Parts: sequence; structure tokens; C-alpha cells
Amino acid sequence: MGCKCGSIESVNCHCGRIVGINGNMLTVEFYGTVRQNEVAYVVLGDARLKAEVIRIRGRYADLQILEEPRWLKVRGHVDFTGELLAVELGPGLLTQIFDGLQNPLPELAKQCGFFLKRGVYLDALPRDKKWEFTPVAKKDDTLRSGDTIGTVPEGIFTHRIMVPFSLKGRYSVERIAKPGSYRVDEVIAELKDKKGSIVKVSMIQKWPVKIPLKCYSERLMPSETLMTKIRIFDTFFPVAKGGTFCVPGPFGAGKTVLQQLISRNADVDIVVVAACGERAGEVVETLREFPELTDPRTGKSLMERTVIICNTSSMPVAAREASVYTAVTIAEYYRQMGLHVLLLADSTSRWAQALREVSGRLEEIPGDEAYPAYLESVIAAFYERAAIVKLYDGSMGSVTIGGTVSPAGGNFDEPVTQATLKVVGAFHGLSRERSDARRYPAIHPLDSWSKYCSIVKPEDLQLAQKTLRDGNDVAQMMKVVGEEGTSIDDFITYLKGEYLDSTYMQQNAFHSVDSSVSAERQRYTFDKIIKILETKMTFDSKDKARAFFQTLTQRTKDWNYVDMGSFEFKGIEAQLDKMIGEVAESAQNIQ
Amino acid sequence: MRRIYNKIEQIAGNVITVIADEVAYGELAKITSREGSSLAQVIRLEGDRVSLQVLAGTKGISTNAEIRFLGHSMKTPFSKSMLGRIFTGSGEPRDNGPSITENMIDIGGPSVNPVKRVIPRNMIQTGIPMIDVFNTLVESQKLPIFSIAGEPYNALLARIALQAKVDIIILGGMGLKHDDYLFFRNILEKNGAITRSILFIHTAADPTVECILVPDLSLAVAEQFALQGKRVLVLLTDMTNFADSIKEIANTMEQIPSNRGYPGDLYSQLASRYEKAVDFEGAGSITVLAVTTMPGDDVTHPIPDNTGYITEGQFYLRNGRIEPFGSLSRLKQQVNNRTREDHRAIMDSMIQLYALYKESIEKQSMGFRMSAWDNKLLKYGERFEREMMDLNVNIPLEQALNLGWQILADCFQPAETGIPTKLIEKFWPAAASNGTL
Ligand SMILES: Nc1ncnc2c1ncn2[C@@H]1O[C@H](COP(=O)(O)OP(=O)(O)O)[C@@H](O)[C@H]1O
Ligand SMILES: [Mg+2]
Repeated sequence: MGCKCGSIESVNCHCGRIVGINGNMLTVEFYGTVRQNEVAYVVLGDARLKAEVIRIRGRYADLQILEEPRWLKVRGHVDFTGELLAVELGPGLLTQIFDGLQNPLPELAKQCGFFLKRGVYLDALPRDKKWEFTPVAKKDDTLRSGDTIGTVPEGIFTHRIMVPFSLKGRYSVERIAKPGSYRVDEVIAELKDKKGSIVKVSMIQKWPVKIPLKCYSERLMPSETLMTKIRIFDTFFPVAKGGTFCVPGPFGAGKTVLQQLISRNADVDIVVVAACGERAGEVVETLREFPELTDPRTGKSLMERTVIICNTSSMPVAAREASVYTAVTIAEYYRQMGLHVLLLADSTSRWAQALREVSGRLEEIPGDEAYPAYLESVIAAFYERAAIVKLYDGSMGSVTIGGTVSPAGGNFDEPVTQATLKVVGAFHGLSRERSDARRYPAIHPLDSWSKYCSIVKPEDLQLAQKTLRDGNDVAQMMKVVGEEGTSIDDFITYLKGEYLDSTYMQQNAFHSVDSSVSAERQRYTFDKIIKILETKMTFDSKDKARAFFQTLTQRTKDWNYVDMGSFEFKGIEAQLDKMIGEVAESAQNIQ
Repeated sequence: MRRIYNKIEQIAGNVITVIADEVAYGELAKITSREGSSLAQVIRLEGDRVSLQVLAGTKGISTNAEIRFLGHSMKTPFSKSMLGRIFTGSGEPRDNGPSITENMIDIGGPSVNPVKRVIPRNMIQTGIPMIDVFNTLVESQKLPIFSIAGEPYNALLARIALQAKVDIIILGGMGLKHDDYLFFRNILEKNGAITRSILFIHTAADPTVECILVPDLSLAVAEQFALQGKRVLVLLTDMTNFADSIKEIANTMEQIPSNRGYPGDLYSQLASRYEKAVDFEGAGSITVLAVTTMPGDDVTHPIPDNTGYITEGQFYLRNGRIEPFGSLSRLKQQVNNRTREDHRAIMDSMIQLYALYKESIEKQSMGFRMSAWDNKLLKYGERFEREMMDLNVNIPLEQALNLGWQILADCFQPAETGIPTKLIEKFWPAAASNGTL
């Protein structure tokens, strides 16, 4: 038989053997006790391949294998671990590039060369590196999980070494290490529980990825705007720290470019990038460029505040699901240190598709487009892990989650988009028409929405939104009655809408100045544009009106392209004021 | 251990089931019956029931056919002697040349560690303004041509292949019409490129599922050349046939379809092939150009839709021209900041104006009066189509950019183009040919 541990048919037996293989789904007969969602290793020659239990029926467990199933055989041996899929948490996560199971990819490349090799699992945190530990807790202090034992500097951050989140109840500090340098796996404290047993604590702890970390005293309402430096976000459809947003759009509309921009410019402490089931090339851009780019907030390389979790489309499908959970768990870990963390997942649809694949192989009853019935609750539970919280020590930390959605055929009326829209706080819908017309970022200004607070005055925002709507109405009407059937006032409304669109809603992602705009500059520019929108204008002819707005648009774009403090900025502003002054005056004269 | 069996339990579609022992997932078997022999691949194991997909199809296979398990998965030879040679969809010689058995390598191998990739940086010049100016092709890019039957997509593929400066060309034909196969062979021969080419050809006359291995064979060989430092161009035509074969097998296996009969893993299946496109750190590269004919000319059909989510852009070939809308090179920004400083501005504003031209055309077709501005756009659009979009135009990038400026200057005032003033000052042609300035 398949048992190797010698305790066959007893609850202690942790062996199983394969009885069926269907793609990345294995059916395994087991003899002892098995836990739902526990990790098992499938033995193949010298290699041990990770798998996760996803269903148990009688003596059979269904496992999704997190690697390629090639060359496995019926009767192959399986080793159950009794542990849930977990990640290692501790200093050294920042700057790392992990796969979905937290394998460090640069280290893997050193060992295995150009290609990934299945069954190779390396330590997520380097064991040989030493960290400068400063104790914070003192002997006999009473602590609970999440409380700080000491700190180590990790790049630009003070990394808190915390009481393991898995410990329940209160502990007193029995011993704590002196200041000095330690490796992550050295014991730095001994804690004693109520019954007097001792727990040894190192700088590493493990946490199961599918369970949210909840060591905080209070969850708060997300209210502070998270600056992305993208005008259409911050001014029109803002994101809040601790909030959620989604960016659905057809392929090529600009989801990834937006996420890359946000990952560079967002005003947060740490960014976790989860490249989930999409192109490897896009991650390569991030991992090659970030070390070279400076973070304007700190003057250090952007990589120092970044963690990349990378499970791209040709990597094992079942590990895609793991990858988003790995990412959010790491984000929550840094939140526990009182930091603001942004998690960007591209694309959540790929993860949903992985769920669908598994569900199909389990022969579950399919819902819409063959997605499983529990799709909605899984998506909701994931976004629920975004939060701004007050920690036990009073400091605040947050995890903000932004996910792209890749709807089939670009049609938002599909299960993943709809399930996501129900739970997020902001929706940035990308439109094919806008990307075709090179109106980037191609966020639809009328369909998108946000429940969070803008950085500009509400009444100004309303005026801008009204201009866009009215302009669009006139544009629609003009399609029916033609330009000749449109009054000149309506035509000016239309031109104002277009002007706002092309100078403010649109932003050049590849321009050194225009690609990221501070809150201060957004307010300043927006003010100016509002004044222009409010200006009453009259023109002799539509052609004159159009020519005026074309010049105005071009000058405003020029203005967007120069540094705010510069001499040119003032110069162009003066020209804009003059142009506006002239039309306003002629409007008055006519009256 | 018994490796030969003579009793087929079930034959459904192109899948057979046998009772056998010690069989590995993905293992290859040889099926021999009166009709001849075919390779088959293990695609499901349930206890001792083994399901195999038969590459040459199951037509005429009897229940007592011989099934011999080979103890390995699908392999292909890899050697320089393959250059100039033509193989079938299952890797056998198709050109009466000797069969090659040296240096057998696995196909469908593991994926590249992302940290061993470099950011693509070399432009591939094609002489086609719609590509070079507007959607620049870049070495290591994976890019399909979205088209429909009757369009000259294979001719476009061949033209780019010959113009591109690559070391090796690998053509993977799937369901290729025999004429198209001869067209590729002849054009490669005529241009002296056949000696640096390898052809894996599955034609429309061959059993349909046999094309399922063509991308893997082509890409496995390409990968080995790339590891040796070669710049390899892989042409795959038509990926729709490949995807349809996957669908056929999935349906036979009674997998629950997700969308119009296609299996839920179509995305992953396509991605694992396209993602082989790579620029290796310290070695060569693989560029993949594919053809995807869109069933019903519908880009939301699952095949083009999933493809678009995977590839680094797409060229829409319609009415013999590369459409400016929808066509996209996602890698263009990696290179077009180093070509000429006006490249991006020309690229953006010419397309924006062309979009406005399309609106004017629509207005005109509805019988509305054309304003002065509309008339400018009409003039512009007509010249854009004739001098830029026409596939007969064959000019280098610099010349195409200059032409762009000339067309703009002939049709518009500078401010009407929306181009930043700095570039206008530098590049706006002094004398517009019709003297509008
Ligand atoms: N903000 C932008 N500015 C300029 N070009 C853009 C912008 N967003 C997208 N693009 C163009 O569109 C391409 C596709 O964008 P991407 O974000 O990869 O699309 P998606 O992820 O939605 O499929 C990019 O490679 C780029 O050429
Ligand atoms: Mg994308």
C-alpha cells in the first residue's frame, strides 16, 4: 500500500496515494486525518510538488496541484502536512520578487538558471542575513499577539518584530535579546503564557494566507485620499487609504499602464504588486526599472518600498489563486507596523478563471459563464481585507486594494466585473472608444464613480461633471441634427466639455512632468480650468469658437508639460489668462 | 512492466480509453491499427483507466489496435541540420529528406524565470508606416494579426519575416491551405531565406487535432536556438485552428465549456505558448508573430478575445490595410522614445485626427453640412489612408515621419494638430505644399 509513515489506518497517518489525475486536479486516497485546505506534497522521484486540499469526500481528497502535473502517476505517493498554505513574514520581504508561493525568483534563477523548476522551494527570507535588533519590550511586560517586541531597520522603514499573530491570550516577557545583530531564525525573545509554558520567538513568523490578520483595536472609515498623482483619479474618482477600487476594461485599454503608474507614484509607504496570470514582460518592466527609479518621497530607489508577487500566465494556474492571497497577507503584515500599504492586483479575472478551472474539474454546478456559485463571496472576502485600522498602540495602518478586471469581450456585464462592482469603493471603467481615440487614461468620465473624497471643492467638481455631461449631450444631439442644427451656445458647451476632457481628464503617462501631478498642482490647474468653464463666451461663428478652443487646448497642454515652479509655467499661465480675458471682454461688450 | 495493450475500452471523438498500468500523465503512446499509426498523449488518469488524445484522429481505429506506451512525453530533435527542412505537425519529415533523431528535447517545457528576461529594446523595421510609426514592432514581442478569411495575412506575415533582420525563421502552419504552404516555401526560397528557416506544416488536409503540437514544436526548437544566442522569429498561422482543436478535445472530455463551447482554460493554453516569446538576459530572443482569423469577424469571440489579453498588442488587417483603431503595439513605448523626438507626437496626433476624420465621414454620410473644419479633416483622412495606410507603401521610419509632418502641414494650422509647440517649432515644414500657412 501507499503508506510510508508506518501508522496506516490510524489518525496519525499522513500518507495518501493518487487514484486519479485530471489536469491540475488530483484525487488522492488517504488513510489518516485530512484538513480542508491543508498543504500536501506529491512525491515524484526526488521532487516534492506542493498541492492544496480543496475537497474531501469519504476516503478521497481532491487536491489542486500548484505545479505542472506532467509525469505524475496513479499510485504516486502523497504526503499531507496538516498545515494550511502559509507565508513567511519577517524583515527582508521588501525589494523581493516572489512567485505565488513565495519562492524568491532571483534566488531561484541563481540555482536553476533560465527556467523555473517545479518542486524547488526556497526560503522566502534569507537566512544568512543579519538584522540590527533593538528591543522595545522589557522583561515582565505583558504582551499580546501583534504587540511590538523590538524593531530592526529594513531599508527606509522601522520594521516591527511582533508577537506572533497566531498566539492567543496574554504573555509575559521572560527573556528578550540584547541590542545586536541577529539572523531571522534566531530566538530573540521567550514569552510565557498563563500556564507557564514558554514560547520561543524569532523574527520570522508564518501566517496562513487565506485568513485575514486582525490584530488591531478598531477598523475605521476610509476617508483620507490616497494620492495617485493621476488627475482623473484624485480629482474625479479618488481612492481612499484603506479603500478599494477596480479597473475593468477590454484588452489594450490601459489597465496595466495605470497600475504601473500608480505603483510608482502613489503616496503610500509600501506597494505590493501582484502580477496575477498576465504577461511576464510587464513584471519585467517593473522589476528592472524600479531599482533605477528614485522615490521622490524618500530619495531612495522605488524598489525599497516594493514587493512583487509574480505568477504570470504561463506559471502554474492553481498558484494564481495563492498569489493574490500571498500578496494581501504581506500587505497586512506591514499594515501591522503602522504603515500605509497599497496592493495592486493585475488581473483579478485570471484568479477567478483559476477558480473556474478548478470548479469545473470538481464538476460543481456551474453558474454564469461557468464560474462557480461562490465566486461573489470569494471576491467580496478578498476586497474586505482592505482596511484602515487603529492598532493596539494607537498608530494607524492601512491596506488599500486595487484590482484590474479583464472582462470577456470587454463587456462589463459578466460575473467577475459585476461581483467586483458590488464590493469596491471606486470604479474606474476603461472604454474601448477612448483608448482607440488615444484619450488616455481611457477611464470613462461619465460611467465611472467613487464613494471617496475628492481633493477639490465639491461645488467645483459638480460644475466640471455637469460640463462633461452637458458637453456629451450636445455631442449626442449633434450626431442627429448636425453642427448646423446646433445653437452656438450649445456648441460652446460642447467645446468646453472637450476642453476639460483633453486638458485635464487626459494625461500623458510617458511625459516626465505630466505623468505625475501633485495635489497642489491639481488644485491649481483645476481652479484655472473651472474659471475658464465659468467664463461666459460669445463667438461670431462656430469655426471661430473651435479655433479658439483648439489654441486654448494646445496652450493648456503645453502648460501641463512644464514644471510648476518654472518661468515657463508663469509665462503660459499669463497667455491663458490673456486669452480668457479677451473672450470674456468681447462677451461683455456684446451684452 | 507491460507497455503494450490491445484492447480499447472506449472511442469518443479523438480520445480513446484503455485499461493500463504505470502510465504517466502526459506520456506518449503509439497507436497502430490497420489504417496506419499515430501518436497519442495521455490526458486523464482515473484509477487504471487511461484517456489518450489521438493526434491523427480516431477514424477507422478498431478496438484491438495496438497501444504502445513510449515512456516519454512528446519530443523534437534540435539541431542545425533542421534548417531548410520541412516537417509535419507531428514532427516527421514532410520533404522526403532523412528523419532527424539527434538531440531529442522535450516540448512544452517550463516557463522562463521572469527575472531572466530583459526589457525588450530593439525595434524591428518593417518599412510599413502603420507598423513602424504607429505600432512599432519590437524584438521578442508576441503579436497576432487579427483578420478574416480572404485577407492577405499570410502575405503580410511573410513580408515582415523577410524584412526583419533575424537569424532564424520558424514557421508553424496549422490547418494551412496547401497553396499557402507552397506560397511560404516559395517566397522563402526565392529570397534565399529557406536555409535559415524550419517549417512545421500541418495542412487543412491533415487530421485536425494534429495541429495541436505545432506551436509547441516550433517554440521548443526556437527556444534552443535563442539560448544559443540566436534571434528567432516564429510565425504561427492560424492560431484559430489550434484553439479549435483544443476545444474539440475539451468537449470530448466533457469539460464544462465557459464561453461559446470553449474550455475555461483556453486563456492559459494560449498563454503558455505565446509567453515563450522572450528576450533572454545574456542570450538570444524569440519573437512570435501569429495569425488569428476571427470567426464571424467578431473580435469578442473567445479566440481573438483571449489572445488579445495575452499578446503584446495586435494588428487588425481589414480591407487589405492595417487598421489604426484597435491595432496596438504594447511595446512601442520601449523603443519610440529613442527613434526621433517627434515620433510619439506624430503617432498620437495623426491617429487622434484620423478619429475626428471618421466622425466627419459619419456626419457627411448622414447628409450634414460640412464645416470648414470638417473639410480639412476630410482632406487629411483621405491623404492619410492613401499615403500612410496603404500596404504598398514601403518607406523607412524617418521618411514616414517626415511624410506625416508634410500631410499635417498641408491640411492644418499648427494649433489644430494639438502637437506641443516645441515640436511644432522644430519640425513644422516651412512651406506647406498648398500654401495654407
Ligand atoms: N495612459 C496611457 N498613455 C499612453 N498610452 C497608453 C496609456 N495607457 C495605455 N496605453 C497604450 O496602450 C497599451 C496597452 O495598455 P495596457 O495598460 O497594457 O492595457 P491593458 O492592461 O488594459 O490590456 C500600452 O502598451 C500603451 O501603448
Ligand atoms: Mg494588462
